[in-house]
Amino acid sequence: MSISTTFSAETGISSTPNNWPEWFRKDQYKAWELFQSLPQPKRNDEPWRFANLQAIDLSDFHAAVPVTDAALLVARSSAHSNLAAKLIFANEVLVHSDQKGLPAGVLLLPLEEAAKNHEELFRKSFMTSEVRLGSKKFAALHRALLRSGAFVYVPQGVVIEKPIEIWHWVQGENATIFPHTLIVLGEGASATVIDHFVSSREERSLAIAVNDLTLGTNAKLNYVAVQEWSDKTTAFHINTTEVEKEAVSTALQMNLGGAYIRGESNSHLLGEQSRSVMLSINPATGTREIDQRTFQDHFAPRATSDLLYHNALADSSRTIFAGLIKVEEHAHETDAYQKVRNLMLSDEAEANSMPGLEILADNVRCTHGATSGELNEDELFYMMARGIAPQRAAQLIVRGFFGTVLERLENEDLQEHLGSILDKKLNL
Amino acid sequence: MSAPSSSSLSIRDLHASIGDKPILKGLTLDIPKGEVHAIMGKNGAGKSTLAKIMAGHPDYNVTSGDVLLDGESILGLEPDVRARLGLFLAFQYPMEIPGVTIANFIRAALQARLPEGEELEATDYYAKLYAKMDALSVPRNFTSRSVNEGFSGGEKKRCEILQMAMLEPSYAVLDETDSGLDIDALKIVSAGVNALRGPNIGMLIITHYQRLLDYIVPDKVHVMSEGRIIHSGDKDLALKLESLGYDWVEKEYGESSTKAA
Ligand SMILES: Nc1ncnc2c1ncn2[C@@H]1O[C@H](COP(=O)(O)OP(=O)(O)OP(=O)(O)O)[C@@H](O)[C@H]1O
Ligand SMILES: [Mg+2]
Repeated sequence: MSISTTFSAETGISSTPNNWPEWFRKDQYKAWELFQSLPQPKRNDEPWRFANLQAIDLSDFHAAVPVTDAALLVARSSAHSNLAAKLIFANEVLVHSDQKGLPAGVLLLPLEEAAKNHEELFRKSFMTSEVRLGSKKFAALHRALLRSGAFVYVPQGVVIEKPIEIWHWVQGENATIFPHTLIVLGEGASATVIDHFVSSREERSLAIAVNDLTLGTNAKLNYVAVQEWSDKTTAFHINTTEVEKEAVSTALQMNLGGAYIRGESNSHLLGEQSRSVMLSINPATGTREIDQRTFQDHFAPRATSDLLYHNALADSSRTIFAGLIKVEEHAHETDAYQKVRNLMLSDEAEANSMPGLEILADNVRCTHGATSGELNEDELFYMMARGIAPQRAAQLIVRGFFGTVLERLENEDLQEHLGSILDKKLNL
Repeated sequence: MSAPSSSSLSIRDLHASIGDKPILKGLTLDIPKGEVHAIMGKNGAGKSTLAKIMAGHPDYNVTSGDVLLDGESILGLEPDVRARLGLFLAFQYPMEIPGVTIANFIRAALQARLPEGEELEATDYYAKLYAKMDALSVPRNFTSRSVNEGFSGGEKKRCEILQMAMLEPSYAVLDETDSGLDIDALKIVSAGVNALRGPNIGMLIITHYQRLLDYIVPDKVHVMSEGRIIHSGDKDLALKLESLGYDWVEKEYGESSTKAA
């Protein structure tokens, strides 16, 4: 591992200068020790079943250096035209911040500033839950070496109508970044956040990204990760979502790029009648591997979790899905759904699905299932009978397959916006 | 029998099978542009098979015979090419396409007819689409619904005619477009079809019910049985079939063909 850092033996503080408060830098040292003490995942580790362990050999990667062409990246960071705010990070340095559309009281800050000036809030929600889906070692590395990230705090009762957009750029051959997005919604607050993950060039790089989504009572969050890393990038996307009473989280991971993507999504249904909708859109082409592990953990009664992942596999791409629904004791009248659909577009592609259930409460309704199918010949014929060429017809069917996931977002503007990003990706 | 005109959809002694099973057994039919023909016949006679073979469905094998569109054989062409040449099939059972909206679907079909690099003009497109939808009493919010998904039987059929109206084919085959329609919808759809009638289109209407032909009055009516046309007549043939059934035609045909043999 050449991603390294040196920590002073007496102070436990990294010799790399950074802007974090001292207490956090001590935490980073502990995280570094944890990273070093934890073993690299092995073939027999359950969370790494079927995984390509070669892809997570990180020995060639090194720390990213600040970019020199930030202005160019800022100019390229344009997606949604009607935003509440925008933050842009390039190699983990904040290079742009526009907050004009934010209501009073909302905090949108680089993480280190939040740690300094809003310590209590930060401590309460920054990487507080255990990483249980396999990437504990990589999450520790993230914590040890993280330099910045986005902190979004929406206080009680504040509703932000327009989306907040956050951009995380990586640049440099074999460069490593640790993108972080921390979102805290107070009671009854509401927000939409779109996280963009982009490579500045067609380079091989490493991203270990973490997002923590914390929803207070009756809060409402739409969170979308638009992942467009270069086709040579190795990326981890580790998510934790905590949903309090009657709050609704809808989170969508769109994996449009990357060579190897490891996604871990962990939803904790903490309050009664809370709801977590977990969505993912995965067009896998070339030799891309998308390895996703999920956990729908129900602690409170009458909560709902609803997972829908759609994978379209072309060429010799590969996907892995392993999902667990767990209904803890007392989480009566749980509704938990989990559905994975694999659309196989090539004989060389491979989809692995491992759904799982563990129920310790009574009177629950849980369904899970994984299906795999090829393009429907009759649908193709129907479209061709209208004059649409077969390749275009197949593209439309794939777009439709993903469209049914977008339909789950209860926000038409967002649906349309993400639909057009998808259209561009699929050449429609 | 008249020679196929160069302005017609012409089916010449067509034999076709699925697997080893012969379904069309020497079918000949000529639909000149400007005319509306109807085909009637018992369940399983091969009517939908004929329609799908014309459209180019890959499951069927044409063993002999030909299908000519304006004098040119189309049997070697892919379904999308046939459609772009002006052939349209309104399906007996239209497919559902999850996540693809009606608006995007029809737009893709129209876009496919434009030369490379030319873009469909969006405002004109929507104006035309809404006008046709209004005429067929298809609610405008259907544009954002997925193609045929969750549609009632009648809505699916109306949507087929909407597509036909938008694509303006030169030959159209309507396979049981009347089935599943209530009386009001039957009138609306018939009016929609009649509006498209004219010297620039030839239509083949497959139906079980004479009632449709009260609204869309055909120039000719054909009876199909076991993969052949066994009888042809004018619009009154449909009335006769309605009251007497098919047995008499089949009997007549049986006698004439044994005589011929
Ligand atoms: N894919 C198939 N596999 C096997 N047999 C088929 C297939 N398609 C059609 N057939 C058979 O071919 C025959 C003709 O079917 P077709 O659907 O063309 O009849 P039809 O005249 O349209 O009947 P209907 O009035 O009921 O719509 C039937 O016996 C049918 O079972
Ligand atoms: Mg039929």
